[in-house]
This record gives sequence, C-alpha cells and structure tokens, in this order.
Amino acid sequence: MELIKLSSLLVIALLADCASALYFHIAEGERKCFIEEIPDDTTVIVNYKVELYDPKSGGFMQTTPGIGMHVEVRDPNDRILLSRVYSLEGMISFTSSTPGEHVICMYSNSTSWFSGSQLRVHLDIQVGEHAVDYANVAQKEKLTELQLRIRQLLDQVHQITKEQAYQRQREERFRQTSESTNQRVLWWSLLQTGVLVIIGYWQMRHLKSFFEAKKLV
Amino acid sequence: MFTAPLLFTILITIINGVLSKSVELTFELPDSAEECFYQTMDKDTAASLEYQVISGGQYDVSVKIEAPNRQIIYQQEKMQYDSHQFTALASGDYKVCFSNEFSTFSHKLVYMELNVGPEQPLPGVGDHATVLTQLETSAEEIHSALNRIIDHQTHHRLREAQGRKRAEDLNEKVFWWSMGETLAIVCVAFTQVMILKNFFSDKPTLYNRL
Repeated sequence: MELIKLSSLLVIALLADCASALYFHIAEGERKCFIEEIPDDTTVIVNYKVELYDPKSGGFMQTTPGIGMHVEVRDPNDRILLSRVYSLEGMISFTSSTPGEHVICMYSNSTSWFSGSQLRVHLDIQVGEHAVDYANVAQKEKLTELQLRIRQLLDQVHQITKEQAYQRQREERFRQTSESTNQRVLWWSLLQTGVLVIIGYWQMRHLKSFFEAKKLV
Repeated sequence: MFTAPLLFTILITIINGVLSKSVELTFELPDSAEECFYQTMDKDTAASLEYQVISGGQYDVSVKIEAPNRQIIYQQEKMQYDSHQFTALASGDYKVCFSNEFSTFSHKLVYMELNVGPEQPLPGVGDHATVLTQLETSAEEIHSALNRIIDHQTHHRLREAQGRKRAEDLNEKVFWWSMGETLAIVCVAFTQVMILKNFFSDKPTLYNRL
C-alpha cells in the first residue's frame, strides 16, 4: 500500500510539473490561434492544460467541470484536420499530409455562467524531432545509449532533409509566382500604353470634328 | 497490483520527459493589442528569447521581459527581430510581452522562441561517470552541430516567409494602384475633352463667362 501511496504522490508531483510549460491568459470564449509552418509528414504534439480564474481566492482553479477546450487544426488548404471539444487538459497530436502553414486554434466552449472570466492556458507545442519521445523508444526497442544517440541524430538529419525539400519547393513556387507576375506586369503596361494611344487618338479626332462643325478652323 | 500505479508513474515520467522547456510559437498580434506569455523559472536557470516579425506594417514590435518582482530585464521598442539571453535571478513567473500598441491598423504575425535551461539529456546518456568514448563525443558534437543547422534553417524559413508575405502584399498594392491609375486616365481623358468643348460652345458656361 505504501508503494501505491508513494507512486500516486509522485504522479501528482509530476502532473504539477507539467504546468511548468509556457502559459498565457485568455478571456472566456476568446479565440487563440498559433501557426506552424511545417513540411509534410511531420508530427506535431500539442500539450495543454487550462485553469480557471477564481475571483474568490484570486488564484487559479485546477479543475472545473463543464468547461472544455475546443481545438481546431486547419491545414494549408483551409481544410479542417481536427475539430473537437477536449477536456481541460490534454494532448493532441497530428501528422501533416500537405506542407505549409498549419493553424492551431483553441477556444473554450463558453457557458454563460462563466463568461467574462479569465482562463490560464498552459501550452506546449513540439514539432518533428522534438516530438519524439526517446525514453519510450529506448524502452521499446531495447537500444543502448549510443544506438539511441545515433537514432536521435538520424531523426534530426531526416527533419533537416524534409525541411530542405520543403524550402526548395517553396522557393520554386515563389520563383514561379515572380515570373508570372513579371509577365503580367509586362502585358499590363503594354495594355496601358495601348489605352493611352487610343484615348489620345480619340481626343484628337473628336475635337477636330467638333472644331470643324463650329467652323473654327 | 502494485505494478499498475508504478507503470502509470513511469508513463507519466515519460510524457513529462517530452516536455522539454523549449517552445516555439507563431502567433497573430492584432492592431493596438498586447500579448503576454508567462514562463515559470527557477533561480539561476539560463533562458533565451528569440523573436521575429513575419508580416504586417513596418515589421516591428515592442518587446518586454519582466521578472517576477516587476523589474524589467529587457525592453525594446519597434524591433524587427532580436534575441536576448538572461539568467533568472529569482524563482517565479517571468513575463514576456509583445506589444503592437503603437500601430492602429496593421495586424502582425510574430514568431517567438523561448528556451529555458539546458537541453534535456537523452535518458541514460550522461548518467555514468566514466569517460566518454571517442564515438560518443563525436556523436555529441554532431548532435549540437545538427541543432545549430536546425536553428539556422528556422531562421531561413522565417526570412523566406517574411519575403514572401512582403511580395504578396506588394503585389496586391500594385494591383490596386494600377487599377486606380487606369480609371484616372480614362476619367481625365473625358473631362479634358468636355472642358475644351465648353470653351468654344456658344452657351455661357462656367468656363467662358469671363
């Protein structure tokens, strides 16, 4: 029994330690979005924990029933990858299928009871190689220290390669855009010159016929 | 019976291990708004903040780092990008604020990276007191070199995003400008003719009364 007590105590201590991540405040119902620009096939892990401001004690309550966080993840084509109401504490992970800017939005499902109060959100977002849990990998695959280190190096190199491929793709698209813009500017200026010439010609002809009708020339 | 909670503890430890205290965030900063982030830090831990404005307005933002005792550690007005290293003098919640209060209509995109403390070592590595083998030291070196590469890559990615956003912005501006200009040319052409005709017309008008 002592063991159970000890370990549950340890669990509580560790859970409290989870809260050491970065935090910020949002008002109830306020929407908060974060953008992650990532290459394809990259895993993102979002850890969050929400606390509600308690006006009585002036502190933040750990648990409040009835409030959840609505988390929404959109891919670069504005399609919804994930949209669900989660509890006050959770871990969400998703893997990108298209490279580009992924938008992660969170807001509380507001109940009129609590509206206007403040929420404290602890948030941690890990991308790619940072999202890999090496302790778990070592345990599962029975790797030695050096093997684990090599594994980490390999993951890092993979991430760099992916990022580089993505950069190259971006650069290519940007170049294409620039070239097409250049083309369009050229045509536009030709068109505008044409418009100017036509208008000038019309002005002259119109005025000439007008003067002739008035017998001024 | 006793193993279940123990296993759970191990699991939590593992999950906790993922939470190394380094976080990268890219967020939107609306006009005349201020966004603050808090980080709990222990005494004597080193931290570094890096930020860059990706798009919006003059690409500048005001940044402030405040210690738990409200003492200002770092303050910069209208910066495009910068990084700052500091050491926590006391334990508590450190506050990092990004302010866009000086601009009334430009909405900005800001990237921020906050590193707290040294990198979490790999489980098992560094536990033993023996001297590292050559292979281990070189692996360590490669690891830190790769970390630097990733940092540089991030920097490049942000620069690229900045350039791209700027180009898109410019494209839009040029488009509307040229639309307006075409419209102006046509209008001017017609009014010119009309006014000129009025000079010579028999009926008294605004222009030939004198």
